[in-house]
Amino acid sequence: MIKEVNTLETRILIAGFGGQGILFFAKYLAYIGMEKGLQVSWMPSYGPEMRGGAAQCGVVLSDNVIGNPVVGEPDIFTAMNLPSFAAFENRVKPGGTMFVDSSLISKECSRKDITVRGIPATQMAEEHGLKGLANMIMAGAVLSKLPDISQDVIEAAMRETIPERKKEMFANNMKAVALGLAAI
Amino acid sequence: MSKRILIKGNEAIAEAAIASGCRHFFGYPITPQNELAAHMSRRLPKIGGCYLQAESEVAAINMVYGASAAGVRCMTSSSSPGISLKTEGLSYLAGCDLPAVVINVQRGGPGLGSIQPSQADYFQAVKGGGHGDYRMIVLAPNSVQEMYSHTCKAFDLADQYRLTVMILTDGFLGQMMEPMTVESGQLTVDSEKDWAVGGKRGKRIVNSLFLKPADLEKSNLERFERYKLVEESEPLHEGYMLDDAEIVVAAYGATSRITRNAIDEARSQGVKAGLLRPVTVWPFPKKAFAKAAEHARAFVSAEMSMGQMIEDVELAIRCRRPVLLCSRVGGMAPEPKQIFDAILQADKEAAR
Repeated sequence: MIKEVNTLETRILIAGFGGQGILFFAKYLAYIGMEKGLQVSWMPSYGPEMRGGAAQCGVVLSDNVIGNPVVGEPDIFTAMNLPSFAAFENRVKPGGTMFVDSSLISKECSRKDITVRGIPATQMAEEHGLKGLANMIMAGAVLSKLPDISQDVIEAAMRETIPERKKEMFANNMKAVALGLAAI
Repeated sequence: MSKRILIKGNEAIAEAAIASGCRHFFGYPITPQNELAAHMSRRLPKIGGCYLQAESEVAAINMVYGASAAGVRCMTSSSSPGISLKTEGLSYLAGCDLPAVVINVQRGGPGLGSIQPSQADYFQAVKGGGHGDYRMIVLAPNSVQEMYSHTCKAFDLADQYRLTVMILTDGFLGQMMEPMTVESGQLTVDSEKDWAVGGKRGKRIVNSLFLKPADLEKSNLERFERYKLVEESEPLHEGYMLDDAEIVVAAYGATSRITRNAIDEARSQGVKAGLLRPVTVWPFPKKAFAKAAEHARAFVSAEMSMGQMIEDVELAIRCRRPVLLCSRVGGMAPEPKQIFDAILQADKEAAR
Protein backbone atom coordinates (compact mmCIF):
# COMPACT_ATOMS: atom_id res chain seq x y z
CA MET A 1 0.00 0.00 0.00
CA ILE A 2 1.47 3.33 -1.05
CA LYS A 3 1.12 6.15 1.43
CA GLU A 4 -0.19 9.31 -0.21
CA VAL A 5 2.08 12.33 -0.26
CA ASN A 6 -0.27 14.85 1.19
CA THR A 7 1.90 17.60 2.58
CA LEU A 8 1.37 21.15 1.40
CA GLU A 9 4.62 20.98 -0.49
CA THR A 10 5.82 18.11 -2.66
CA ARG A 11 9.49 18.04 -3.61
CA ILE A 12 10.30 15.84 -6.58
CA LEU A 13 13.68 14.90 -8.04
CA ILE A 14 14.20 13.17 -11.36
CA ALA A 15 17.60 11.92 -12.43
CA GLY A 16 19.15 9.91 -15.23
CA PHE A 17 21.27 10.34 -18.36
CA GLY A 18 21.18 13.30 -20.73
CA GLY A 19 18.93 12.32 -23.64
CA GLN A 20 16.39 10.37 -21.57
CA GLY A 21 14.05 13.34 -21.47
CA ILE A 22 14.61 14.11 -17.79
CA LEU A 23 14.01 17.86 -18.20
CA PHE A 24 10.88 17.30 -20.31
CA PHE A 25 9.53 14.88 -17.69
CA ALA A 26 10.12 17.50 -15.01
CA LYS A 27 8.57 20.24 -17.12
CA TYR A 28 5.43 18.13 -17.50
CA LEU A 29 5.15 17.80 -13.71
CA ALA A 30 5.62 21.57 -13.40
CA TYR A 31 2.73 22.12 -15.83
CA ILE A 32 0.62 19.65 -13.83
CA GLY A 33 1.19 21.96 -10.86
CA MET A 34 0.40 25.04 -12.97
CA GLU A 35 -2.88 23.48 -14.14
CA LYS A 36 -3.81 22.85 -10.52
CA GLY A 37 -3.11 26.50 -9.66
CA LEU A 38 -0.13 25.65 -7.45
CA GLN A 39 3.18 27.46 -7.02
CA VAL A 40 5.84 25.56 -8.92
CA SER A 41 9.57 25.67 -9.51
CA TRP A 42 11.66 23.73 -12.06
CA MET A 43 15.36 23.67 -11.34
CA PRO A 44 17.62 21.79 -13.77
CA SER A 45 21.21 20.81 -13.56
CA TYR A 46 22.75 22.62 -16.49
CA GLY A 47 25.91 22.64 -18.51
CA PRO A 48 27.97 19.83 -20.00
CA GLU A 49 25.45 17.28 -18.66
CA MET A 50 23.18 18.18 -21.56
CA ARG A 51 25.62 16.48 -23.88
CA GLY A 52 25.14 12.98 -22.47
CA GLY A 53 26.35 12.97 -18.86
CA ALA A 54 24.20 12.95 -15.74
CA ALA A 55 20.98 14.93 -15.97
CA GLN A 56 18.75 15.86 -13.08
CA CYS A 57 15.91 18.23 -12.39
CA GLY A 58 14.06 19.22 -9.23
CA VAL A 59 10.40 20.22 -9.23
CA VAL A 60 8.60 21.72 -6.24
CA LEU A 61 4.80 21.89 -6.13
CA SER A 62 3.35 23.92 -3.29
CA ASP A 63 0.24 25.80 -2.28
CA ASN A 64 2.50 28.37 -0.63
CA VAL A 65 5.50 30.51 -1.56
CA ILE A 66 8.39 28.23 -2.56
CA GLY A 67 11.62 28.88 -0.69
CA ASN A 68 14.48 26.67 -1.76
CA PRO A 69 13.99 25.45 -5.35
CA VAL A 70 16.87 22.97 -5.06
CA VAL A 71 15.55 19.51 -4.24
CA GLY A 72 18.20 17.95 -2.01
CA GLU A 73 15.90 15.63 -0.05
CA PRO A 74 13.00 14.63 -2.27
CA ASP A 75 9.58 13.36 -1.19
CA ILE A 76 9.45 11.59 -4.55
CA PHE A 77 12.55 10.48 -6.40
CA THR A 78 12.66 8.92 -9.85
CA ALA A 79 15.85 7.10 -10.84
CA MET A 80 16.36 6.41 -14.52
CA ASN A 81 19.89 5.06 -14.30
CA LEU A 82 22.18 3.34 -11.81
CA PRO A 83 24.50 6.27 -10.96
CA SER A 84 21.55 8.47 -9.96
CA PHE A 85 19.98 5.60 -8.00
CA ALA A 86 23.24 5.27 -6.05
CA ALA A 87 23.64 9.04 -5.61
CA PHE A 88 20.17 9.76 -4.23
CA GLU A 89 18.94 6.50 -2.67
CA ASN A 90 19.91 7.74 0.78
CA ARG A 91 18.61 11.28 0.32
CA VAL A 92 14.92 10.43 -0.12
CA LYS A 93 12.93 11.75 2.86
CA PRO A 94 11.83 9.05 5.31
CA GLY A 95 8.31 8.07 4.32
CA GLY A 96 8.97 9.17 0.75
CA THR A 97 8.78 7.22 -2.48
CA MET A 98 11.39 6.10 -4.97
CA PHE A 99 10.40 5.12 -8.49
CA VAL A 100 12.96 3.08 -10.36
CA ASP A 101 13.14 2.16 -14.04
CA SER A 102 13.70 -1.51 -13.28
CA SER A 103 14.66 -2.35 -16.84
CA LEU A 104 17.80 -0.22 -16.36
CA ILE A 105 18.42 -0.68 -12.63
CA SER A 106 18.53 -4.14 -11.13
CA LYS A 107 20.00 -3.11 -7.76
CA GLU A 108 17.75 -3.50 -4.71
CA CYS A 109 17.16 -0.52 -2.45
CA SER A 110 18.42 -1.17 1.07
CA ARG A 111 16.12 1.31 2.80
CA LYS A 112 13.11 0.15 4.77
CA ASP A 113 11.70 3.61 5.61
CA ILE A 114 10.70 4.54 2.05
CA THR A 115 8.42 3.00 -0.56
CA VAL A 116 10.23 1.70 -3.61
CA ARG A 117 8.37 0.96 -6.84
CA GLY A 118 10.09 -0.63 -9.80
CA ILE A 119 8.57 -0.04 -13.23
CA PRO A 120 10.28 -1.54 -16.30
CA ALA A 121 9.60 1.67 -18.20
CA THR A 122 12.25 1.36 -20.91
CA GLN A 123 11.13 -2.19 -21.72
CA MET A 124 7.43 -1.21 -21.62
CA ALA A 125 8.10 1.68 -23.98
CA GLU A 126 9.73 -0.65 -26.50
CA GLU A 127 6.92 -3.22 -26.25
CA HIS A 128 4.24 -0.61 -26.87
CA GLY A 129 5.98 1.12 -29.76
CA LEU A 130 6.77 4.13 -27.60
CA LYS A 131 10.55 4.09 -27.88
CA GLY A 132 12.09 7.10 -26.14
CA LEU A 133 9.03 7.65 -23.95
CA ALA A 134 10.15 5.70 -20.88
CA ASN A 135 10.37 9.10 -19.21
CA MET A 136 6.65 9.71 -19.62
CA ILE A 137 5.78 6.22 -18.38
CA MET A 138 7.71 7.12 -15.22
CA ALA A 139 5.86 10.46 -15.17
CA GLY A 140 2.55 8.56 -15.14
CA ALA A 141 3.81 6.59 -12.15
CA VAL A 142 4.70 9.82 -10.31
CA LEU A 143 1.22 11.24 -11.02
CA SER A 144 -0.26 8.35 -9.03
CA LYS A 145 1.34 9.89 -5.93
CA LEU A 146 -0.07 13.40 -6.40
CA PRO A 147 -3.50 14.18 -4.96
CA ASP A 148 -6.51 15.01 -7.14
CA ILE A 149 -5.10 14.75 -10.64
CA SER A 150 -8.00 14.64 -13.09
CA GLN A 151 -7.83 13.46 -16.69
CA ASP A 152 -8.43 17.08 -17.71
CA VAL A 153 -5.33 18.23 -15.83
CA ILE A 154 -3.27 15.37 -17.31
CA GLU A 155 -4.24 16.39 -20.84
CA ALA A 156 -4.06 20.14 -20.40
CA ALA A 157 -0.58 19.94 -18.88
CA MET A 158 0.59 17.78 -21.77
CA ARG A 159 -0.71 20.30 -24.29
CA GLU A 160 1.31 23.03 -22.55
CA THR A 161 4.44 20.90 -22.29
CA ILE A 162 4.67 19.80 -25.92
CA PRO A 163 5.88 22.60 -28.16
CA GLU A 164 3.68 23.55 -31.11
CA ARG A 165 6.13 22.15 -33.67
CA LYS A 166 6.00 18.68 -32.09
CA LYS A 167 2.29 18.42 -31.39
CA GLU A 168 1.99 15.15 -33.32
CA MET A 169 3.76 13.63 -30.30
CA PHE A 170 0.77 14.35 -28.07
CA ALA A 171 -1.06 11.02 -28.50
CA ASN A 172 1.99 8.85 -27.82
CA ASN A 173 2.97 10.90 -24.77
CA MET A 174 -0.55 10.51 -23.39
CA LYS A 175 -0.36 6.74 -24.01
CA ALA A 176 2.91 6.57 -22.10
CA VAL A 177 1.50 8.49 -19.14
CA ALA A 178 -1.54 6.19 -19.05
CA LEU A 179 0.74 3.12 -19.04
CA GLY A 180 2.69 4.52 -16.10
CA LEU A 181 -0.47 5.33 -14.15
CA ALA A 182 -1.82 1.83 -14.78
CA ALA A 183 1.45 0.22 -13.68
CA ILE A 184 1.01 1.44 -10.10
CA MET B 1 -5.11 39.48 -14.81
CA SER B 2 -3.25 37.80 -17.62
CA LYS B 3 -2.26 34.17 -17.85
CA ARG B 4 0.52 32.60 -15.77
CA ILE B 5 3.26 31.31 -18.01
CA LEU B 6 6.09 28.95 -17.13
CA ILE B 7 9.35 30.55 -18.20
CA LYS B 8 13.09 30.55 -17.46
CA GLY B 9 14.51 33.48 -15.51
CA ASN B 10 16.81 34.41 -18.40
CA GLU B 11 13.87 34.56 -20.80
CA ALA B 12 11.81 36.57 -18.31
CA ILE B 13 14.50 39.28 -18.35
CA ALA B 14 14.41 39.36 -22.16
CA GLU B 15 10.61 39.67 -22.20
CA ALA B 16 10.75 42.45 -19.61
CA ALA B 17 13.27 44.39 -21.67
CA ILE B 18 11.01 44.16 -24.71
CA ALA B 19 7.99 45.26 -22.66
CA SER B 20 10.05 48.22 -21.44
CA GLY B 21 10.67 49.45 -24.97
CA CYS B 22 14.21 48.08 -25.32
CA ARG B 23 14.79 47.42 -29.01
CA HIS B 24 18.58 47.32 -28.99
CA PHE B 25 20.44 44.37 -27.49
CA PHE B 26 24.15 43.68 -27.80
CA GLY B 27 25.59 40.47 -26.48
CA TYR B 28 28.22 37.80 -26.57
CA PRO B 29 27.58 34.16 -25.59
CA ILE B 30 28.44 32.81 -22.16
CA THR B 31 26.82 30.20 -19.90
CA PRO B 32 24.60 30.53 -17.84
CA GLN B 33 22.97 33.54 -19.53
CA ASN B 34 22.67 32.20 -23.10
CA GLU B 35 18.86 31.80 -23.07
CA LEU B 36 18.59 35.57 -22.60
CA ALA B 37 20.49 36.49 -25.75
CA ALA B 38 18.88 33.59 -27.66
CA HIS B 39 15.43 34.87 -26.73
CA MET B 40 16.35 38.39 -27.86
CA SER B 41 17.69 37.04 -31.16
CA ARG B 42 14.34 35.37 -31.84
CA ARG B 43 12.12 38.23 -30.69
CA LEU B 44 13.81 41.52 -31.59
CA PRO B 45 14.04 41.16 -35.40
CA LYS B 46 10.29 40.42 -35.53
CA ILE B 47 9.38 43.70 -33.81
CA GLY B 48 11.76 45.99 -35.68
CA GLY B 49 14.49 45.80 -33.07
CA CYS B 50 18.21 45.24 -33.37
CA TYR B 51 19.78 42.09 -31.97
CA LEU B 52 23.49 42.10 -32.49
CA GLN B 53 25.98 39.50 -31.41
CA ALA B 54 29.17 41.50 -31.05
CA GLU B 55 32.69 40.20 -31.62
CA SER B 56 33.44 40.42 -27.90
CA GLU B 57 32.05 41.61 -24.57
CA VAL B 58 34.08 44.81 -24.89
CA ALA B 59 32.48 45.55 -28.24
CA ALA B 60 29.00 44.80 -26.87
CA ILE B 61 29.26 47.24 -23.95
CA ASN B 62 30.60 49.94 -26.27
CA MET B 63 27.62 49.36 -28.60
CA VAL B 64 25.44 49.97 -25.55
CA TYR B 65 27.41 53.17 -24.97
CA GLY B 66 26.71 54.32 -28.53
CA ALA B 67 23.05 53.35 -28.56
CA SER B 68 22.46 54.99 -25.19
CA ALA B 69 24.18 58.19 -26.35
CA ALA B 70 21.73 58.22 -29.26
CA GLY B 71 18.91 58.12 -26.73
CA VAL B 72 17.45 54.63 -27.09
CA ARG B 73 16.80 52.06 -24.40
CA CYS B 74 19.42 49.34 -24.69
CA MET B 75 20.80 46.39 -22.79
CA THR B 76 23.63 43.91 -22.67
CA SER B 77 23.93 40.72 -20.66
CA SER B 78 26.73 38.42 -19.66
CA SER B 79 28.08 36.29 -16.85
CA SER B 80 30.95 36.95 -14.46
CA PRO B 81 34.07 36.70 -16.69
CA GLY B 82 32.23 38.62 -19.41
CA ILE B 83 31.20 41.35 -16.96
CA SER B 84 34.86 41.79 -16.01
CA LEU B 85 35.56 42.55 -19.67
CA LYS B 86 32.73 45.08 -19.72
CA THR B 87 33.86 47.08 -16.70
CA GLU B 88 35.84 49.61 -18.73
CA GLY B 89 32.60 50.38 -20.57
CA LEU B 90 30.69 50.65 -17.28
CA SER B 91 33.10 53.35 -16.14
CA TYR B 92 32.70 55.26 -19.43
CA LEU B 93 28.90 55.01 -19.25
CA ALA B 94 29.07 56.48 -15.73
CA GLY B 95 31.48 59.22 -16.84
CA CYS B 96 29.04 60.27 -19.55
CA ASP B 97 25.93 59.91 -17.40
CA LEU B 98 24.36 57.50 -19.87
CA PRO B 99 21.47 55.24 -18.85
CA ALA B 100 21.97 51.53 -19.49
CA VAL B 101 20.76 48.18 -18.24
CA VAL B 102 23.37 45.46 -17.73
CA ILE B 103 22.58 41.90 -16.65
CA ASN B 104 25.05 39.72 -14.73
CA VAL B 105 23.97 36.07 -14.43
CA GLN B 106 26.79 35.20 -12.03
CA ARG B 107 28.84 32.00 -12.12
CA GLY B 108 31.69 30.68 -9.99
CA GLY B 109 35.03 32.51 -10.07
CA PRO B 110 37.63 33.90 -10.07
CA GLY B 111 39.04 33.44 -13.55
CA LEU B 112 37.09 31.25 -15.93
CA GLY B 113 35.76 29.54 -12.79
CA SER B 114 32.72 27.29 -13.21
CA ILE B 115 29.37 27.61 -14.94
CA GLN B 116 27.40 26.97 -11.76
CA PRO B 117 25.69 29.73 -9.71
CA SER B 118 27.65 32.13 -7.52
CA GLN B 119 27.35 35.53 -5.84
CA ALA B 120 31.04 36.33 -5.83
CA ASP B 121 30.69 39.43 -8.05
CA TYR B 122 29.06 41.40 -5.23
CA PHE B 123 32.02 43.71 -4.65
CA GLN B 124 32.45 44.24 -8.38
CA ALA B 125 28.79 45.25 -8.69
CA VAL B 126 28.31 47.42 -5.61
CA LYS B 127 31.76 48.90 -5.03
CA GLY B 128 32.73 49.74 -8.60
CA GLY B 129 34.75 47.31 -10.67
CA GLY B 130 35.73 49.88 -13.24
CA HIS B 131 37.98 52.86 -12.55
CA GLY B 132 36.97 56.19 -11.11
CA ASP B 133 34.30 57.23 -8.63
CA TYR B 134 30.99 55.85 -9.76
CA ARG B 135 27.99 53.84 -8.67
CA MET B 136 25.41 51.65 -10.32
CA ILE B 137 21.98 50.85 -8.97
CA VAL B 138 22.11 47.09 -8.40
CA LEU B 139 18.89 45.06 -8.15
CA ALA B 140 18.93 41.49 -6.88
CA PRO B 141 15.78 39.55 -7.87
CA ASN B 142 14.99 36.25 -6.14
CA SER B 143 12.27 34.78 -8.36
CA VAL B 144 11.44 34.54 -12.05
CA GLN B 145 8.60 37.01 -11.48
CA GLU B 146 11.11 39.49 -10.08
CA MET B 147 13.54 38.87 -12.93
CA TYR B 148 10.74 40.40 -15.00
CA SER B 149 9.60 43.19 -12.68
CA HIS B 150 13.13 44.26 -11.68
CA THR B 151 14.19 44.51 -15.32
CA CYS B 152 11.20 46.77 -16.08
CA LYS B 153 12.10 48.88 -13.06
CA ALA B 154 15.76 48.96 -14.14
CA PHE B 155 14.94 50.74 -17.41
CA ASP B 156 12.89 53.37 -15.58
CA LEU B 157 15.54 53.97 -12.92
CA ALA B 158 18.30 54.18 -15.54
CA ASP B 159 16.44 56.91 -17.41
CA GLN B 160 15.35 58.73 -14.26
CA TYR B 161 18.84 59.01 -12.78
CA ARG B 162 20.90 58.67 -15.98
CA LEU B 163 23.03 55.83 -14.73
CA THR B 164 23.62 52.14 -15.27
CA VAL B 165 21.31 49.74 -13.51
CA MET B 166 22.62 46.23 -13.07
CA ILE B 167 20.51 43.16 -12.46
CA LEU B 168 22.75 41.04 -10.23
CA THR B 169 21.48 37.51 -10.52
CA ASP B 170 22.97 34.04 -10.91
CA GLY B 171 22.81 30.75 -12.78
CA PHE B 172 20.15 29.49 -10.40
CA LEU B 173 17.58 32.12 -11.24
CA GLY B 174 18.63 32.34 -14.87
CA GLN B 175 18.15 28.63 -15.51
CA MET B 176 15.13 27.86 -13.37
CA MET B 177 11.54 28.03 -14.54
CA GLU B 178 8.71 29.44 -12.47
CA PRO B 179 5.29 30.83 -13.28
CA MET B 180 5.29 34.47 -14.28
CA THR B 181 2.36 36.82 -14.70
CA VAL B 182 2.66 39.85 -16.89
CA GLU B 183 0.35 42.45 -15.38
CA SER B 184 -1.30 44.77 -17.86
CA GLY B 185 -0.07 48.32 -17.43
CA GLN B 186 3.37 47.17 -16.41
CA LEU B 187 4.73 48.42 -19.71
CA THR B 188 7.14 51.23 -18.98
CA VAL B 189 7.71 54.30 -21.12
CA ASP B 190 10.78 55.17 -23.11
CA SER B 191 10.92 58.93 -22.71
CA GLU B 192 12.43 61.49 -25.08
CA LYS B 193 15.89 62.47 -23.91
CA ASP B 194 16.88 66.13 -24.27
CA TRP B 195 20.57 65.29 -24.00
CA ALA B 196 20.74 62.53 -26.63
CA VAL B 197 23.06 63.11 -29.59
CA GLY B 198 21.92 62.97 -33.24
CA GLY B 199 22.41 64.88 -36.48
CA LYS B 200 19.34 67.11 -36.33
CA ARG B 201 19.37 67.62 -32.60
CA GLY B 202 21.89 70.47 -32.62
CA LYS B 203 25.13 70.59 -30.67
CA ARG B 204 25.04 67.99 -27.93
CA ILE B 205 28.12 66.21 -26.67
CA VAL B 206 28.57 62.91 -24.86
CA ASN B 207 32.08 62.75 -23.46
CA SER B 208 33.92 61.69 -20.34
CA LEU B 209 37.19 63.56 -20.97
CA PHE B 210 37.83 66.73 -18.96
CA LEU B 211 41.17 68.44 -19.45
CA LYS B 212 40.56 70.88 -16.59
CA PRO B 213 40.59 69.12 -13.20
CA ALA B 214 38.23 71.69 -11.71
CA ASP B 215 35.62 70.85 -14.36
CA LEU B 216 36.04 67.14 -13.75
CA GLU B 217 35.69 67.64 -10.01
CA LYS B 218 32.48 69.59 -10.60
CA SER B 219 31.03 66.82 -12.77
CA ASN B 220 31.90 64.24 -10.09
CA LEU B 221 30.27 66.32 -7.37
CA GLU B 222 27.12 66.81 -9.43
CA ARG B 223 26.96 63.09 -10.14
CA PHE B 224 27.28 62.28 -6.45
CA GLU B 225 24.37 64.62 -5.70
CA ARG B 226 22.30 62.27 -7.84
CA TYR B 227 23.75 59.21 -6.09
CA LYS B 228 22.71 60.82 -2.80
CA LEU B 229 19.15 61.09 -4.08
CA VAL B 230 19.27 57.42 -5.08
CA GLU B 231 20.52 56.45 -1.60
CA GLU B 232 17.67 58.40 -0.01
CA SER B 233 14.85 57.24 -2.28
CA GLU B 234 15.62 53.83 -3.72
CA PRO B 235 16.81 51.32 -1.07
CA LEU B 236 14.49 48.33 -1.02
CA HIS B 237 14.38 45.36 1.29
CA GLU B 238 12.06 42.50 2.16
CA GLY B 239 11.57 41.02 5.60
CA TYR B 240 10.36 37.54 6.50
CA MET B 241 9.59 36.84 10.18
CA LEU B 242 11.70 39.93 10.79
CA ASP B 243 9.75 42.09 13.24
CA ASP B 244 10.59 40.15 16.41
CA ALA B 245 13.70 38.34 15.11
CA GLU B 246 16.57 37.86 17.53
CA ILE B 247 18.78 36.27 14.91
CA VAL B 248 18.62 38.07 11.58
CA VAL B 249 19.92 36.40 8.44
CA ALA B 250 20.95 38.74 5.63
CA ALA B 251 20.69 37.09 2.22
CA TYR B 252 19.94 38.30 -1.30
CA GLY B 253 18.91 36.66 -4.57
CA ALA B 254 18.84 32.86 -4.73
CA THR B 255 20.39 32.54 -1.26
CA SER B 256 17.42 34.39 0.24
CA ARG B 257 15.15 31.64 -1.12
CA ILE B 258 17.19 28.92 0.58
CA THR B 259 17.35 30.99 3.78
CA ARG B 260 13.56 31.11 3.96
CA ASN B 261 13.50 27.34 4.58
CA ALA B 262 16.16 27.68 7.29
CA ILE B 263 14.08 30.39 9.01
CA ASP B 264 11.01 28.13 8.99
CA GLU B 265 13.05 25.32 10.53
CA ALA B 266 14.50 27.62 13.22
CA ARG B 267 11.06 29.02 14.10
CA SER B 268 9.64 25.49 14.39
CA GLN B 269 12.35 24.79 16.97
CA GLY B 270 11.60 27.94 18.94
CA VAL B 271 14.50 30.07 17.70
CA LYS B 272 13.33 33.56 16.78
CA ALA B 273 15.07 33.89 13.44
CA GLY B 274 14.14 36.20 10.58
CA LEU B 275 15.28 37.10 7.08
CA LEU B 276 16.33 40.57 5.99
CA ARG B 277 16.77 40.47 2.25
CA PRO B 278 18.36 43.41 0.44
CA VAL B 279 16.36 43.79 -2.78
CA THR B 280 18.66 46.62 -3.85
CA VAL B 281 22.24 45.74 -2.93
CA TRP B 282 23.23 49.26 -3.96
CA PRO B 283 21.83 51.35 -2.47
CA PHE B 284 22.16 48.96 0.47
CA PRO B 285 19.09 49.11 2.76
CA LYS B 286 21.10 50.50 5.68
CA LYS B 287 18.13 51.86 7.62
CA ALA B 288 16.40 48.47 7.63
CA PHE B 289 19.55 46.89 9.06
CA ALA B 290 20.00 49.60 11.69
CA LYS B 291 16.40 49.06 12.73
CA ALA B 292 16.82 45.28 12.87
CA ALA B 293 19.89 45.71 15.07
CA GLU B 294 17.60 47.18 17.72
CA HIS B 295 15.93 43.81 18.33
CA ALA B 296 18.47 41.36 16.89
CA ARG B 297 21.12 39.85 19.14
CA ALA B 298 23.20 38.60 16.22
CA PHE B 299 23.30 38.55 12.43
CA VAL B 300 24.26 35.94 9.85
CA SER B 301 25.34 36.90 6.33
CA ALA B 302 24.42 34.01 4.02
CA GLU B 303 26.05 34.40 0.63
CA MET B 304 27.60 32.41 -2.20
CA SER B 305 30.88 34.31 -1.76
CA MET B 306 33.73 34.31 0.76
CA GLY B 307 32.28 37.16 2.83
CA GLN B 308 31.52 40.19 0.66
CA MET B 309 28.04 41.40 1.63
CA ILE B 310 28.96 40.77 5.28
CA GLU B 311 31.03 43.98 5.17
CA ASP B 312 27.97 46.02 4.21
CA VAL B 313 25.96 44.34 6.98
CA GLU B 314 28.64 45.19 9.56
CA LEU B 315 28.84 48.76 8.28
CA ALA B 316 25.06 49.21 8.29
CA ILE B 317 24.76 48.06 11.91
CA ARG B 318 28.00 49.82 12.88
CA CYS B 319 29.34 46.50 14.23
CA ARG B 320 26.97 46.74 17.18
CA ARG B 321 26.14 43.01 16.98
CA PRO B 322 28.16 39.93 16.03
CA VAL B 323 27.83 39.00 12.35
CA LEU B 324 28.61 35.42 11.30
CA LEU B 325 29.43 34.34 7.77
CA CYS B 326 27.64 31.39 6.19
CA SER B 327 28.96 30.71 2.72
CA ARG B 328 29.45 28.28 -0.13
CA VAL B 329 31.49 29.20 -3.19
CA GLY B 330 32.78 28.01 -6.54
CA GLY B 331 29.34 27.13 -7.89
CA MET B 332 28.16 25.31 -4.76
CA ALA B 333 25.01 26.52 -3.00
CA PRO B 334 24.29 26.32 0.73
CA GLU B 335 21.63 23.89 1.89
CA PRO B 336 18.99 25.12 4.35
CA LYS B 337 20.62 22.93 7.05
CA GLN B 338 23.89 24.87 6.79
CA ILE B 339 22.11 28.19 7.24
CA PHE B 340 20.03 26.71 10.07
CA ASP B 341 23.24 25.60 11.81
CA ALA B 342 24.67 29.11 11.38
CA ILE B 343 21.53 30.52 13.03
CA LEU B 344 22.07 28.22 16.05
CA GLN B 345 25.74 29.21 16.16
CA ALA B 346 24.82 32.91 16.07
CA ASP B 347 22.31 32.30 18.86
CA LYS B 348 25.13 30.81 20.98
CA GLU B 349 27.59 33.60 20.23
CA ALA B 350 25.01 36.23 21.14
CA ALA B 351 24.46 34.57 24.51
CA ARG B 352 28.13 34.86 25.47
